[in-house]
Amino acid sequence: MNKTEITAEPGIPMIIITREFDAPRELVFRAHTDPELLVQWLGPRDLATAIDRYEARDGGTWRYVQTDAEGNAYGFHGVFHGDPSPDATVQTFEFEGVPGHVCLQSATFTERGGKTLMRTVSSFQSVEDRDAMVASGMERGVHDSGERLAELLARLQAS
Amino acid sequence: MATDRLSLVFGALADPTRRAILTRLADGEATVAELAAPFAMSQPAISKHLKVLEQAGLISRNRRATARLSHLEAEPLREVTTWLARYQRFWDESHERLDDLLAALQAGEERDPGRNPATTAKGNDDEQD
Repeated sequence: MNKTEITAEPGIPMIIITREFDAPRELVFRAHTDPELLVQWLGPRDLATAIDRYEARDGGTWRYVQTDAEGNAYGFHGVFHGDPSPDATVQTFEFEGVPGHVCLQSATFTERGGKTLMRTVSSFQSVEDRDAMVASGMERGVHDSGERLAELLARLQAS
Repeated sequence: MATDRLSLVFGALADPTRRAILTRLADGEATVAELAAPFAMSQPAISKHLKVLEQAGLISRNRRATARLSHLEAEPLREVTTWLARYQRFWDESHERLDDLLAALQAGEERDPGRNPATTAKGNDDEQD
């Protein structure tokens, strides 16, 4: 099964997300840049995503709002830098709940053997920005993941 | 968790010696001498690392007779894993939905290339895990 790998190194204001998809890269790329497709998968199922605009071209702007079951709305917006392509899709990302803390996202889509590896690098202005973004920007009612300490220590040790 | 505390925890975890110390303490409390043993480091250098870990709330220290014992505090680490778990869940679930969409799009294109693939996939939106 394909697994989403998220790397958030301590002390470095970046988040790297990698994921393999069983589809050609043009299609995976399209699912990330065509608002009609994006709206169908972005966010967990209990979060409704409404896209205001999604102009996937150099200088184009985008904005969407995600609403949870309690009616809390979370707005995000940004600008595309360069015409998006599977080799480089670069855009800024800003959570409207904390204006001014802008993150730069760069996505690449690499095909191998009919599968596509997606890699997204998010660069924040500071480690604090990154931590706050993860902590509050995508706030979810998640259950306590229980005793993950041993697992974490193993991961810390391996890194 | 407050962001400043999270920063302290991440700052403390940023150093490989401190991570190794935490791993050692996961097996039980230890003295400074015991913690210093695996490293080519003086006890005062290890004590400095312990101070950083203590300030981040990752360990606590108490005295038994003349030895000062360090003890792992699990809660801040658990908060850090929960912090990332929340974000992980967001993307796990998004990408699982994208898997479904990509499968539907490819099936739709094979069956009927003229059909709007977005419409084909919308029927799957309500699917639960």
